[in-house]
Amino acid sequence: MSADSVAAAQAGEIPIGQLRSRGYWRSVWVRLRRDKVSVACAAVLILIALSAIFAPLLSPHDPYQGNVVKRLAPIGTAGYLLGTDELGRDMLSRLLYGGRVSLFIGLFPVFCALIVGGTAGIAAGFIGGRTNMAIMRLMDVFYAFPSILLAIAISGALGGGFSNVILALALILVPPITRVAESVTTQVRSYDFVEAARASGAGTWTIIRVHVLSNVLGPIFIYTTSLISFSIIVASGLSFLGLGVTPPTADWGLMLSTLRQAIWINPYAAALPGLMIFVTSLSFNLLSDGLRSAMDVRL
Amino acid sequence: MAETMGLVQDVSATPSRVPPIVQVDDLHVRFVSKDATVYAVNGVSFTLDPGEVLCILGESGSGKSVTLRALMRLLPRKRAVINGRVIVDGHDILSLSTSALSRVRGEIVSMIFQEPMTALDPVYSIGEQITETVRRHEKIGRAAAEARALELLELVQIPSAKRRLKAFPHELSGGLRQRAMIAIALSCRPRVLLADEPTTALDATVQIQILLLLRQLQKELGMSVIFVTHDLGVAGEIADRITVMYGGRFVEEGPTTAVMRDPLHPYTRGLLASTVHGQMHRERLRTIEGSPPNMEMLPAACSFAPRCRYAVDRCLEGVPDLHRPFPNRSARCIRLEEIGSMT
Repeated sequence: MSADSVAAAQAGEIPIGQLRSRGYWRSVWVRLRRDKVSVACAAVLILIALSAIFAPLLSPHDPYQGNVVKRLAPIGTAGYLLGTDELGRDMLSRLLYGGRVSLFIGLFPVFCALIVGGTAGIAAGFIGGRTNMAIMRLMDVFYAFPSILLAIAISGALGGGFSNVILALALILVPPITRVAESVTTQVRSYDFVEAARASGAGTWTIIRVHVLSNVLGPIFIYTTSLISFSIIVASGLSFLGLGVTPPTADWGLMLSTLRQAIWINPYAAALPGLMIFVTSLSFNLLSDGLRSAMDVRL
Repeated sequence: MAETMGLVQDVSATPSRVPPIVQVDDLHVRFVSKDATVYAVNGVSFTLDPGEVLCILGESGSGKSVTLRALMRLLPRKRAVINGRVIVDGHDILSLSTSALSRVRGEIVSMIFQEPMTALDPVYSIGEQITETVRRHEKIGRAAAEARALELLELVQIPSAKRRLKAFPHELSGGLRQRAMIAIALSCRPRVLLADEPTTALDATVQIQILLLLRQLQKELGMSVIFVTHDLGVAGEIADRITVMYGGRFVEEGPTTAVMRDPLHPYTRGLLASTVHGQMHRERLRTIEGSPPNMEMLPAACSFAPRCRYAVDRCLEGVPDLHRPFPNRSARCIRLEEIGSMT
C-alpha cells in the first residue's frame, strides 16, 4: 500500500480511499495562515483570552482590594505596573479580570444569537412561504428600533446585571443573523445542485444536511464573527451607562465609566480599558475579514 | 420527392414491439399563484422506447423543461398542478409515495442540467458527490463507492480521473464539469436519462464533444434519453426522434432526418428557415414574426395561428388534432395537405 501510494504520489495522483484528506476547511486554514494580519489578530486574541482565563494566576493584586493611599497612581509605579484606579485598585489585575467579564459578555450573546437566529433564518429560507413571512416580519419589528437603543431599552426595563445584559445583547443580535441566514439559504435553495440532489433521489433532510447547511454555515459564521466586536462595544456601552454589570465587578466598559472622572489626573491609566476594548474588537473584526476572504474560494 | 424519402425512412425505423420505457398520456401542468395561472403544458402524450433518443425542441417558455421535470415530479409541490399519466419503467410517477419516488429518482431516471457551475455543489469534491449519490441508493462501503466513482469518471472520459476525484467544481473547466455532472447522473445506472439543455452553456467545440459522449454512453449503456434543447443543430446531432413543442403542446413529431429535411408544421418550417444552418451566404434569414403565446391565457385554438403565414379563420375554431400524414409522423395543423402542396 505504501509503495503504491508513493508511486501514485510520484505520478501526481493520490490513492483513492482518501477523498476527504484535503477538504474545504483545510484549504481555508492554509489560506488563513498565509494572511499576516489574520495571524497577528488571532495571536492577540489568543493572548487576551489566555490572560483572562489565567487572570487569578497572573494578577499581582486582588482586583477588588483597594489601597486608599495609592489612588490613581500613574503607570509604572513600583508594584503597580499599570497604575491604580480611583479606589487604589491595581489596574493590571482589574484589566485581567475585566477581560473575563467583557469577553464573556461579548462572545456568549453572539453564540446564543447564532443558534437562535441561524436556525430561524435557515428555516425561514428553506421552508419559504408563510413561515418565511412570519419569521422575517417578526425580525422586522426588532429592526424598527436602532439596535443600541433597543439594547438600552431592554436592559433598562429588566434592570442591569450580568444575565440581563446577555439577554439584551442576544435579542438585538438575533435579527441581523436571521436576516443573513435567510437570504443565504434562499439563495442556496435556488441553485441547481439542490434540484440535482433531489433528482438523484435525495430526501428533504439529506438536502438540508448535506447541501444546504454546508453551503450556508460558512457565510453565516463569517457574518457572526463580525458581530463579536459590535457585541463587545455595546456591552461596554451598557456598562458605561450603568445598565450593564454592576460595580465593583471588573469590566472594561464599567472601568472606563468610573475612571472617566480621573481622565485629567491620570489620563493614561484611564484610557487603558478603552484601549483593551479597541484592540479586542479591532482584532475580531480584522480576523473576521481575513476569514471571509479565506473562505471565499469557490465560484 | 423529399416526402417519399421521409416515408421510406419511417418504415425502416418502425420500432419493434418492445414495450415503451416511458409513456406519457395527456400530461397537463399548470402553475397556480395568487396573481395568475400559467398553463405550461397542455396535453402532451408520447412514448419512448428503450435505447431511443428523443429530442424535445422548442423556444424558451414552450413548456419543454416543465415536461421534462414532470417526468420526475421535480416541480414545486405547492404551485404546480400536474394532471395526466406518466409511466416510467412501470412506475406511475404521479402517484408514487415520496420514498418510492426517491428510489426511482437516480436509479431509474436521472437528470443532467444546463448550468454545470451551479448544478454541482461547490463545497464537495467531484468524488464525494458521486460516492454520496451511489451510497444513497446502494448499500456499499466507502471504498467500493469510490472505486465506482473512479470508474464513472473514466467512463465519461475525464483525463487523469484519479486526480480529478478530489477536484472541486471550481477547479474544473466547463466541459469537465459537465462530464462530472453526467458521471453523477449515471452513478446508479439509470435506464432513462433526462437532459435539460446540457450543452447550451458550453463553447461550440465543447458542445460537440459532450454530444458525442452522450451518444456514445447512451449506446454503450443502452439508455433511453430525452434531450431538451432549443438548438436545431444539437437536436439533429443527437436525436433519433424529434418533437417540436409550442405553447405547451407537441406540434410536430417524427424521425430526426424526416423532420429536419421535410418539416410539416408551419412552426417547424419557420424554425428551420430561421437557423443559420444550411443557408447560402448573404441570403437573409427569415424570422418568425410575432412573439410566443401568453401562457396565462391560451386560446382554445391553434396557438401558433397568430404568427402563422398560412392561418385561416378555421385555425381559430379549436385546438387542432394531431394529423398523421405519414406513419410515425404527426403534426397539429389542420392545413397540412394544403400547405404541403403550396411549397
